[in-house]
Formats: sequence, structure tokens, C-alpha cells
Amino acid sequence: MTTMTIAKAINEGLRASLTNNPKSLLMGEDIGPLGGVYRVTDGLIRDFGADRVVDTPLAESGIVGTAIGLALRGYRPICEIQFDGFVFPGFNQITTQLAKMHSRSGGKLTVPVVIRIPYGGGIGSIEHHSESPEALFAHTAGLRIITPSNSHDAYWMIQQAVDCTDPVIFFEPKRRYWLKGEVDTENPGPASDPFQAHVLCEGSDATIVAYGPLVPVALAAAAAAEEDGHSIEVIDLRSISPIDFDTVTDSVKKTGRLIVAHEAPTFGGIGGEIAARISERAFLHLEAPVIRVGGFHMPYPVAKVEEDYLPDIDKILEALDRSLAY
Amino acid sequence: MGATQLPTPGINGTGLDLQSPAGGASSDPAAEMIQLLGPDGKLGTDPVFSDYAKRLEPEQLRGFYADMAKVRRFDQEATALQRQGELALWVPLTGQEAAQIGSGRATQRQDYIFPTYREHGVALTRDVDLAELLKLFRGISNGGWDPTENNFHLYTLVLAAQTLHSVGYAMGIQRDQKFAEANGSNDPKAAVVAYFGDGASSEGDVHESMVFAASYNAPVVFFCQNNHWAISVPTEVQTKVPLFNRAKGYGFPGIRVDGNDVIAVHAVTEWALEHAREGRGPVLIEAYTYRVGAHTTADDPTKYRESAEEQAWRGKDPLDRLEKYLRNEGLADEAFFEQVRVDGDKLAAHVRSTTQNLKGPDFRESFAGVYAEPHPLVAEELAWFEEYSAGFEGDHEDGGK
Ligand SMILES: Cc1ncc(C[n+]2csc(CCOP(=O)(O)OP(=O)(O)O)c2C)c(N)n1
Repeated sequence: MTTMTIAKAINEGLRASLTNNPKSLLMGEDIGPLGGVYRVTDGLIRDFGADRVVDTPLAESGIVGTAIGLALRGYRPICEIQFDGFVFPGFNQITTQLAKMHSRSGGKLTVPVVIRIPYGGGIGSIEHHSESPEALFAHTAGLRIITPSNSHDAYWMIQQAVDCTDPVIFFEPKRRYWLKGEVDTENPGPASDPFQAHVLCEGSDATIVAYGPLVPVALAAAAAAEEDGHSIEVIDLRSISPIDFDTVTDSVKKTGRLIVAHEAPTFGGIGGEIAARISERAFLHLEAPVIRVGGFHMPYPVAKVEEDYLPDIDKILEALDRSLAY
Repeated sequence: MGATQLPTPGINGTGLDLQSPAGGASSDPAAEMIQLLGPDGKLGTDPVFSDYAKRLEPEQLRGFYADMAKVRRFDQEATALQRQGELALWVPLTGQEAAQIGSGRATQRQDYIFPTYREHGVALTRDVDLAELLKLFRGISNGGWDPTENNFHLYTLVLAAQTLHSVGYAMGIQRDQKFAEANGSNDPKAAVVAYFGDGASSEGDVHESMVFAASYNAPVVFFCQNNHWAISVPTEVQTKVPLFNRAKGYGFPGIRVDGNDVIAVHAVTEWALEHAREGRGPVLIEAYTYRVGAHTTADDPTKYRESAEEQAWRGKDPLDRLEKYLRNEGLADEAFFEQVRVDGDKLAAHVRSTTQNLKGPDFRESFAGVYAEPHPLVAEELAWFEEYSAGFEGDHEDGGK
């Protein structure tokens, strides 16, 4: 066991992938000598060279599109998109090309491309640096979407993304990059399946589902509710597509109440998908409607007021109160 | 990079002269174009490309003709099949046979091709089963053939997306070759050809692909078929400079070739592929040609262009001029042309009967390819569909598929 930040854990995970798989390579803007704007690729060009850690031209469609070509030739490109709001020039390549190549070819072609995207707010940044576009990708069949919330998962999940034969969008909770945690680099333990949700703490009165940056918030809210005498179960979803509905359903069958929290706007978001599925799967177990806690239907607001936008402990507790009142 | 990598300008013009002003006022396009076989069927000379033309055996020249005639006959048959409701849509290539056969025949087996959606002639040169090619247009597959079998990628309907795939693939080839050389292998070197149209040249992906190709010196040949129309929009709306001139801005050679001259297209493409395979970087070829028919079977060209324009281009027909040449030079006799006609009809009959027998897949197969690895949502939805369909069992006995 060693302790490291999430950023360092991804860095070490990338290092392991580059070491274990000679066909893997990193591509992105400023990922070479600079080590990425968040330094996630720090030091990798020194150890693996410019052929494996490729500073690309400033062109997101170019990064994703050429990664597809490299994957068709048998390589495993790992692309870095510098910020969430800048993935859209590459959105066409991701949704119309990357996601569909395998099915269009009747399974003859595989495109094991990983796209790393630092996402989410809470860092006091300016426009286009704080968005949560995961639902836009989740709606496209053919993509897998995962997001770690702690260092151990970050270390293992990035490697599992590289090993996956399908394209994977790897959302990195950028405001948690500096969060430290223990990493067992020898053994993934329960993290061996990146598409499985994890029950982080058990409870009997209600379930909170969160992922990525909101997992620590959900845990803190559960702890606060505990002080008020409520027993709350917290689930880290980890995989946004596919979603491990079995773990969520089992939990709701036990607790009877569900709160889903994410930073992305509530409308049309992942929370709605979870609410709908759970109402189908566990309708008779539900004591209250599923309640979503998310962003508002507005462009991500300016940093000075982002605290009012972001789901926090109080907003989750308010939702819990509403749920428990039924 | 620079002029040292370019062949010397031909007598036909200054198509390779990067010094010429890139003004939009460029007058006669033919003045800047490589041409060997003129519309009169006479073979001209060019200081660089005549050498390539001289390599061609009479057998190959007859082969070019047979290929062009075959794919034109195929095109007619597919158009007829669409009219009879057997295909959802057809994208004719008539007029562009020389551009496609000339370039396709210049590729080698190890090269990899990324077509758009009109490259039926290139498909023919890559031995793609033309019945497989029709699956997409019959609405029974979103792909059709196995791209790995003939190194001929699936058609791409989102314009220009494949130009980036081609550069990435070429970057992969580069890496493979570096590795192979380090291990003492002497496999034949490979390159990639990316096909796109004059309309597609406006898409950002073409720009990004050229930036990447230049930055990494990728072994890719960009083959733009300037057929003068993007559905109803003329080339002038896409570009103010001759398209081949754009290569200069990226730092690699651009050549305009008479796209209706199969010998020149073949020569120029061979040159470009050698250039790329030898590690000297990308090349842009603009094949100056014309789509004489409709854009697709859903299009009506009378709404946007004069029939006189079409007639003028029919006078530059790629098949006619090679036929004249072969006859004049005594390289092919009447029996040859008769045989080509017979073979064409045979192919058409084959395509017709196989197409009519191409049945749609079982819908359940659509679940199979969504992901390469097992996926719980897909499995759940398939299970639901199976159960749902089972409820109708017996209902479809004399209707169904
Ligand atoms: C991204 C995109 N936008 C629009 C279309 C619709 N569309 C299909 S073909 C076409 C014109 C293409 O012209 P060009 O690139 O010159 O190729 P050509 O069909 O003439 O060979 C258009 C606009 C498309 N397929 N993809």
C-alpha cells in the first residue's frame, strides 16, 4: 500500500499501461515535456519517448480521429482532452465513428481507444473548464464510460480502460486530482471489474448514488445524516455506461429510498436514467420517489456563484429529508 | 520539406511549382494539370511522369480499360436496381472511372485504402465483392465487406471523417515499420490512400488530417476527386484556390492531374505512393474530373447545372480516350472490346441475381456488434426482445421475414 493523489495514481496507472503494453501510446495537447496542464502525464515522455507520449497539434477531432486510425492498425491510443468543454470539436469522431466502428464492421474491426477527460467544476475556473458532459456520451451505444473517485480506483481503472477492447471515455474528477488515498498497486481487490458499482458504506434508511467528484460529498452527507440518527447507504457508481443497476437495485430493495447526485444538469441526465430503471425494477420496494440532486438547466455558471450551482452536503441532506418525509 | 521533394515541373504546366501565386484568379485549370492521354486518344509526354507511363505493359492498359468498363456497367446496373426498388439509394460514379481505376491500380496489396462512399471503382481494384458493396445501399448492413481482407476500409458517410482515420493508420504503419526495421524485417513498405471530394475538402477534418500528416510525416496520399459538384454546390463555393494548392500551406506536395486520364492518374498516384512509402511524407492529389450523372439516385442535376456542361465533359470521357489509344496503337482489337462487353453483361447479371437474394439480417444480430466485450444493458435488452418476440410466435408463419 502506498498513498498518492488521484492525479499521481492515474500517472502511475498510465506508466503501468505503457510498460505492460508496447502498443499503447498517449496522445494529446501539452502532454509531453509539460506533463499535461494538470501534470497527469508528468515524466512519462522522459521514460517512454516522444513516440509513446505524443504532443499533438491543437486539434481535438484530429486527436480522436487519428487515434481511431492507430487503433485500426492495432495500437491502443490513450487520448487526453485538455478540458471537458473542449471535447466537442472531437464529439463527431467519438459518436459517429469511434462508437460505431465495431458494429458497422460486423465485429471485424475493434477500436480500443481511451479518451481521458478532466471534468466537473468546483475549481473556480472560467467558462468551458467546469462541465459535466457525461450524459451526452452515455446516450451513444458503443461507448463505455467510467469515472474513478479515489486513488486506488484511478490507478486500476485507467489500466482496465486501456485493456478494454471497446472504446472507453475516462472522466477524471479534476477537483479531486489532489485528493490523497491508499493504492494497492499489487492487487486491484474489489476494483477488478471497472463496470461494477461499489457500496462504500452500508445503511438501512436510504441510498445515495454518486460518482466521480460527488462521492466525497455523498459520504459527508451520509455522515451528517448519521448524526441525526439516519442510516444511509452510499454507492459509488464508478461506471456511467453500462450502469450496474443490480447493485443499486439490491440497495434500494433494502433501504426503500434513493437519492441520485451528480454535477451535470438534472434534466436529461444520468440521474433520470437511474430513477426510471429503479422505478421499474423496485417499484414495490420504494417508500418515496427517487430524488435527483444535480445542476440546474443553465450553462455552467461563473465561478463566483458556482457554489450555489453545485450539489453539496446541504442539497443532498435536503433531498434526504424530502425522501424520508414520505 | 519543400521543393526538393517534388518532381520537376512537367511540360504540361506548372502543377508542381509551389512558387506560382496561389491566387483565386487562376485562369485555365488545364494549364496547371498533369495530363498524358488527351481526349483525342494521343499520348503526350511529361519529363517526370512519362517514365511511369512507359512502365505500363499493354496487358495493364487493356486491364485499365476492362476495369473502367466493368465498373461503369456495374454502375448502370446498380442504378437500375435502385429504380426497381432493390436498393434504397445508389451513388453513381460514371465519369470518375479513370480517377478511381488509375489510382486504385497504383496501390499495392499492403497499402490500406480509406474511401468515402462513391469509390466503387477503387473497390473493384481491391477485389471487394461488388455484391457485398451493395449491402449498404440495400439497407441490410451498415458496413458490408470485411475491411481487413482487402485493406479496403468501409465507406464513411460522415464526410471527411475517414481522412483522419487514414492519417492515424499511416502513423501506425510508420511505427510498425520502425519496429520491423529494428528487427531486421524487410516486409514491403506500405502507405495509405484517403479518398474525399471537393465538397468534403471544406470540412475541418480534412484540415486537421493534413496538419497531422505533415507534422508526423505520415505515409498518406490524400486523393481528392474534384468532380465539380457537392450535390448542387459548385467547387467555387468550397475554395477560392485550386485545391491542390492547399498542400503548399501544409508543407507537402500537391498535384493536379487530369482525372479522366487513367494513365496520368496511375502515374501520379504511383509517384505519390512511392514518395509516401519511402518516408518522404504525405502528398495531395487533386484528380480534376466530373460526375456526369446525378449525385445520387435521389438527386436532380437539372435543377442546378446546364446540360451543356455535362455534354462538354462527356467529350472528355475516360473510356473513349483509352479506347481510341488502344485501337490507334493496335494494342486491342474488336474482339477485345466485344469480350469486355460480354464480361460486363455477365457481371451485371451476377450482381442483379445476387442482390435480389441478399436478405436482411435477423434483427437479433444487431445486438451482437454494439460492443466487443459483454455488456449488461445490451444483454438485458436482447433478452427482453427475445421474450417479446416469443409472444408473437406463430403469428408470422406466412408473413414475417
Ligand atoms: C458531415 C456531412 N455533412 C453533409 C453530408 C450530406 N452530403 C452527402 S454527400 C454531400 C456532398 C459531397 O460532395 P463532395 O465531397 O464533393 O463529394 P461527391 O459526392 O461529389 O463525390 C453532402 C453535402 C454528409 N454526408 N456529411
